Amino acid sequence: MTQTAPSHTLVIEREIPHSPEKIWRALTEGSLIEEWLMKNDFQPVVGHQFSFRSTPVPNWDGIIDGEVLVVEPNSRLSYSWSSMGLKSVVAWTLTPTTGGTHVRMEHSGFRSNTDAAYKGANWGWQKFIGNLEGVVGGLD
Amino acid sequence: MQSATENVFKALSDPTRRAIFEHLTRDGEQTVHALTYRAGVSQPAVSKHLRVLKLSRLVRDRREGRETHYKAQPQALAPLVDWMSLYGTFWRDRFDQLENLLKRMDK
Repeated sequence: MTQTAPSHTLVIEREIPHSPEKIWRALTEGSLIEEWLMKNDFQPVVGHQFSFRSTPVPNWDGIIDGEVLVVEPNSRLSYSWSSMGLKSVVAWTLTPTTGGTHVRMEHSGFRSNTDAAYKGANWGWQKFIGNLEGVVGGLD
Repeated sequence: MQSATENVFKALSDPTRRAIFEHLTRDGEQTVHALTYRAGVSQPAVSKHLRVLKLSRLVRDRREGRETHYKAQPQALAPLVDWMSLYGTFWRDRFDQLENLLKRMDK
């Protein structure tokens, strides 16, 4: 294996008191995805290319382009997640439990190189610029 | 001694400097003349702003003939932006919305 830039992974896990089947629908049906994530033309078909669209803000066009990578109904779903040229991968894993479903979301591939820092900066630009004057005021 | 982070914050706290840096970030390398034209302030003022940006490593300069070209070095912003935590907030909010949706959905 070649040495690659270290990548970062964000993992969120939750126990949700609903069946995997129901959660699967919320993760894969366009009209339902829109209700909790973003407007989209998503289809749970491997190779399908789609966009998530939210309101643009300065320095971010609000568009995430993706391609469906893995579809195992009621169990595993994965898609690429590309925004402003920065590529990452989102993977969902649903595991039935006695009270519902263990939901695991892994968002990986944030490389800590120049490009990632730059895109990340763009992404977070509004957020930190908004607080900048206040923070700077506290430095003196 | 000031930390690099403080220098970057201070450099970007000035609106004119921030505008210059944003122009360079969006439009790539530019000469002092081009930047002056867009900044709406005098060339000595722009040069002074560029020196501050350069000291905090937000820009790099390159001489070519009589012109100095400036280029944004946005990686200098990296210490300020913990973008994993930004995405963390994003996804936690979306998880909350997902759970709310599931409650509303028919069994």
